[in-house]
Amino acid sequence: MTTQSAPTERQIRRIAFGQALNRWDVRISPYLYISPFFILFALVGLFPLVYTAYVSMHDWHLIGGEGDFVGADNFLFVLGQDKFWIALRNTFSIFLISAVPQVIFALIIAAVLDLNIRAKTFWRMSVLIPYIVTPVAVALIFSNMFADQYGLVNNVLRQIGLDPIGWHSQVLPSHFAIATMVNFRWTGYNALIFLAAMQAVPRDYHEAAMIDGASGIRRFFSITIPSLRPTLIFVIITSTIGGLQIFDEPRMYDQFGTGGADNQWLTLTIYLYNLGWGELNFGRAAAVAWLLFLVIVAVGLINLFITRRIANSGSRAR
Amino acid sequence: MRISRRTAATAVAGAAVFAVVATGCAPSAPADDDNSPITLTIATFNDFGYSDELFAEYTADHPNVKIVHNKAATSNDARANFFTKLGAGSGLADIEAIEIDWLAELMQYSDKLTDLNSDSVEGRWLDWKTEAATDAEGRLVGYGTDIGPEAICYRSDLFEEAGLPSEPAEVEKLLTGDWQNYYDVGQQYYEATGNAWFDTAGGTYQGVINQVQNAYEEEDGTIIATTNPEVKEAFTSVLEASENLSAHVGQWGDDWTAGQANGAYATMLCPGWMLGQISGNAPDISGWKIANVFPNGGGNWGGSYLTVPAQGAHAEAAKEFADWLTAPEQQIKAFNKTGNFPSQEALYESEDLLSATNEYFGNAETGKIFVDRAKAVTVTPYKSVKYFPINDALQKALTRVDVDKTQNIEESWAQFVKDVEAL
Repeated sequence: MTTQSAPTERQIRRIAFGQALNRWDVRISPYLYISPFFILFALVGLFPLVYTAYVSMHDWHLIGGEGDFVGADNFLFVLGQDKFWIALRNTFSIFLISAVPQVIFALIIAAVLDLNIRAKTFWRMSVLIPYIVTPVAVALIFSNMFADQYGLVNNVLRQIGLDPIGWHSQVLPSHFAIATMVNFRWTGYNALIFLAAMQAVPRDYHEAAMIDGASGIRRFFSITIPSLRPTLIFVIITSTIGGLQIFDEPRMYDQFGTGGADNQWLTLTIYLYNLGWGELNFGRAAAVAWLLFLVIVAVGLINLFITRRIANSGSRAR
Repeated sequence: MRISRRTAATAVAGAAVFAVVATGCAPSAPADDDNSPITLTIATFNDFGYSDELFAEYTADHPNVKIVHNKAATSNDARANFFTKLGAGSGLADIEAIEIDWLAELMQYSDKLTDLNSDSVEGRWLDWKTEAATDAEGRLVGYGTDIGPEAICYRSDLFEEAGLPSEPAEVEKLLTGDWQNYYDVGQQYYEATGNAWFDTAGGTYQGVINQVQNAYEEEDGTIIATTNPEVKEAFTSVLEASENLSAHVGQWGDDWTAGQANGAYATMLCPGWMLGQISGNAPDISGWKIANVFPNGGGNWGGSYLTVPAQGAHAEAAKEFADWLTAPEQQIKAFNKTGNFPSQEALYESEDLLSATNEYFGNAETGKIFVDRAKAVTVTPYKSVKYFPINDALQKALTRVDVDKTQNIEESWAQFVKDVEAL
């Protein structure tokens, strides 16, 4: 062990604090940089989540305010209502009828836009126009088109010689009409996301396949779609979350906005709205909100599980 | 130019302090002194007959006031908006219009509405109109605008084609009687033309149920909707008649609006405020006329008030404006514009009202007709806190059978009973 240096040597300055600061800077500043997002999330995401759980366990009136603590009563009540299960069925039905064709059409449109067509930019921008139109306006117009007796669609059907369909009175036709509105809005948006992913696929793969004699469709299924796997996962998850929370289109679908006289197109969010702002019962509305949250988390986990297995099996096969 | 760390730190600190101070210093609400420029928002629904010219008259007298008018499409939308913002504590207009169907529900929170008592409105309205808007402490919270005495609007051209008498006086004789008589004449029309007689089961049911004193609730608050035989009777009789006689459209929907122009139905129950709807939806049709008659004499459908929510910043100015709007001189202008029948007693004897005619409806003497129908109203239905949701559930039950055709009368009633129990 060295002894103290001779007193004539320069004294070592105490820079321990400065060094400590430096260490902290390196370790902590990354967290500080991302903290604004988390602080914002805590304020507008986490806090409402917890507060809604608190509200759902009380007898809460929209205007009267907080009432007595009732524990799980609101949840049990809601789960015992037929309307809740009908709303769940409707939500899933509209979600499937809208999400599946949407993704398929978006893929096809993206594939077409990826080709060497004329006025590429014009086509790519026009595909986004339906997304820009406000959903309420779209819903009002489509709802008028799908009017049961004097709407455009039924008029056309009558001209062709088919029977008019009860777009506002039957369950599946109303889901179909609402899904049409949703597809109208979101197909273009998803198509552009897929297009961006497709353009990242190296052209070499396509050239090599073309030299080997693969047709366009074969290339589409064997090269394009597998390379789009991460994008597909992203689009499917966002459509799932959006589809299960659908509100604008069913609400503007008729003049009352309560989901149909026989709950034909009552979705979970509309049921929530009716409970909270129609019957002024916030406690039950909060219970539905939490149940919807759990449903979405469950579906998200199922999604993740399935896509991981597909992704894993894909990579193992290589 | 490299900014030194010190300068950057000072700049950020200064900006942060500035931001905090600026948010803290919100300007206080301007004191309502007579001449400071203010903007008054008034929110109505459907059509109250208030035109921009009418508002311009008020602005001419009060140059510091700017008026913004928001219109909701239906009373349901207005109610949803009102309760949402009442609960939130802000966002309501300075003057909010409310309807009698949800007035009782609102009276539970009358402390959130400004007291509108004043000498200038003493004795302006019928007693039952002011009583409904006066809370337990004697505060008057709403100024009455219109009431809805009903007559029958009919398509004289379609009547002629069906071989029925088509002049208003003849139709008056034809339809005098009870509801069964109305349906019987309708059956004649249906057999002659194969077309619908009235627009909706829902609208016709409104006419029937508003003639019942205690339809859904007793005076003490017990809900009798599901056990009251009068309700079940009204429900069943209207739906049985609707099988042939209804146009199977939903009220206020796109098909219903189209039906006024394309002859889908020949008659409608017509309160004063419906006149504006018909003339607006079917501007090119000349066959709509009004008959001074109503099954069982008379009925009242609707009726509105103007309230001033306490959360507004200009309560005094809003009260003054509401007072002016509901004065007889202004209400008669609304009547002349859209037919909204005034609730101000002074007008019932006035020449202005009695000589009013409506060109669209073939120069019908709308003033006289509706004064007659108003006098024929014998029952003021008791509407309390749960009236609106129960009526809503029953309207849905009617729609299920008449429009959607997804259930029959028994099933729909059973579901209505379940829905009322869940409230």
